[in-house]
Amino acid sequence: MALPRRHPSARSRSVSLHRWFTPWVLVIPAVLWLAIFSLWPAINTFVLSFSNVRTLTGGQFVGLRNYLQMLADPQLHDAVFNTVLYMVVCIPLLTFLPLLLALLVEKQLPFIGFFRTVFYFPVIASAVVVALIWQWLLDDRGVINGLAQSIGLVHGAVPFLTDRWLLLFSAIALTVWKGLGYYMIIFLSALGNVRRDLHEAAAVDGAGLVRRFWTVTVPGVRATMTLVAVLICVNAMRIFTELYILGGSTGGVGGQDVSIVMLIQGAASGSNGQLGYASALSVFLFVITVGPMIALARLNRSADR
Amino acid sequence: MSRSRTFGKSTPAGIVARYLTLLAVLAITIGPLLWELSTSLKAKTEDVFTATLRFLPSQPTLQNYAEVARTIPVWQFAANSIVVAVFYVGGNLVGATIAGFALARLRFRGRKLVFGLFLSTLVLPAEVTIISQFQTIVKLGLADTLLGVALPSMIGALNVLLLRNAFMAIPPDIDEAAIIDGANVWQRLVHIGLPSVKGILSVVAILSFIGAWDDFLWPLLVLQSPDKLTLTVGLAYLHSTFSADPRTIAAGAMIALLPIVVLFVALQRFFFRGVGEGAVKG
Repeated sequence: MALPRRHPSARSRSVSLHRWFTPWVLVIPAVLWLAIFSLWPAINTFVLSFSNVRTLTGGQFVGLRNYLQMLADPQLHDAVFNTVLYMVVCIPLLTFLPLLLALLVEKQLPFIGFFRTVFYFPVIASAVVVALIWQWLLDDRGVINGLAQSIGLVHGAVPFLTDRWLLLFSAIALTVWKGLGYYMIIFLSALGNVRRDLHEAAAVDGAGLVRRFWTVTVPGVRATMTLVAVLICVNAMRIFTELYILGGSTGGVGGQDVSIVMLIQGAASGSNGQLGYASALSVFLFVITVGPMIALARLNRSADR
Repeated sequence: MSRSRTFGKSTPAGIVARYLTLLAVLAITIGPLLWELSTSLKAKTEDVFTATLRFLPSQPTLQNYAEVARTIPVWQFAANSIVVAVFYVGGNLVGATIAGFALARLRFRGRKLVFGLFLSTLVLPAEVTIISQFQTIVKLGLADTLLGVALPSMIGALNVLLLRNAFMAIPPDIDEAAIIDGANVWQRLVHIGLPSVKGILSVVAILSFIGAWDDFLWPLLVLQSPDKLTLTVGLAYLHSTFSADPRTIAAGAMIALLPIVVLFVALQRFFFRGVGEGAVKG
């Protein structure tokens, strides 16, 4: 795209033209996208949440009706409960396991690149594919039940996908499995900041591996751990595909294995979707995500110096 | 593991322990993927259920792949996903690059405001604005189209910021020298900017492609016609309608998984290098 080089007499004119005009030509597409697909929808979601608008028909102002309907919805109570459980289980697992994994692949050893790459596979796989794979593993007649029965661990199939709690924990297990590689990479770049001399000093003082992990490594990556914990919080609130595929679009047997996003999607889908109600749910989602998000933005800013 | 081992010097026992752990994690990581691959290759005559836990197919066959193609237009779905991905990758490479360059290297009134706006949208999870975005797409007449699927994500705020950070890292003297030599904005972008941000560009390209290929919720909302579905939505449809045969589902899953794995393996050098440059934060 290089333009022909202008000769000096034309240059001063082009420079003054560029002074105000060119930067805007460059940023306008991105700003337009931001305005149309982020800022406006954010405002509009709020507006829509007070209306009974549907997918193909305009709506009227209905005041707080959507919010009242939402607060009375027993499925929303289940969704919030499931989300909290998701967070409580995922935060410790997904802050420590990936850190250990990062330590494992940190050193330049033969084939270490191979391991790093393969450990990342679950991250790049679509959540739909991952959920389909795990559904087959967890099936009443699937390999996990098969193994458990063949070693005499259980008699009869464990109903991973039809029990309200087992389904939820299966979805959590799937999320952890899929997330390991992602957070591993984040920790891998943070480990570069852990001072080597501290490790050596601690080793000279006779500190073992476990002790050095807690006194040198963990404090060294503490900022990253906080960042990861916030990310897990936010991701737990956005959980959708795992539960949708493992349990079915209606939230498992009895409909209790729903997430907030599943309710949003359920309300909005179809040609007669209740966009007003779905918007009220979206506003709710935003309100409960904003706390961790602000923390995240702060952390990002301090990480950027 | 021996307590006396330091991080710098590894004992042979330490190295063996490390590789054994690596292999165990490897099994956990790709075991499920390989099991699915194996299921997809097992013949109809072979029992895939727990009665016979066999990892390798006794008579490997591709008939399940033909079966998926008979049941749903899976190649059409894959082509649809590729169309969406091309829009995503192209839009982000061009749109985010020029905006990131302007924000990093050019002085203009309103620059800080624009930068702040990009930063502020990062606190908006996509799921929050998805309903209003859906309404916008319906109003634009793009419901049930692939363009409607691709459009909202064609320029991502995060990509703009990633590229801005990468362009910021170029020393200002180089720019000044180029200006004195008579280079205009486009020449500086093409000859000075782009060569220095190749790492991040490849990361943006890889992540955009994966994002488009793997996305589920948004195309699920936008698309209705059975011939327009992307691969992930088509697979969910296959699964909910024909959940009887795990072999067929497995074959469908592999059609979605294998291309992205091959692409990633081919480009992972650039990806890990780009990430290693410290550009991807959160």
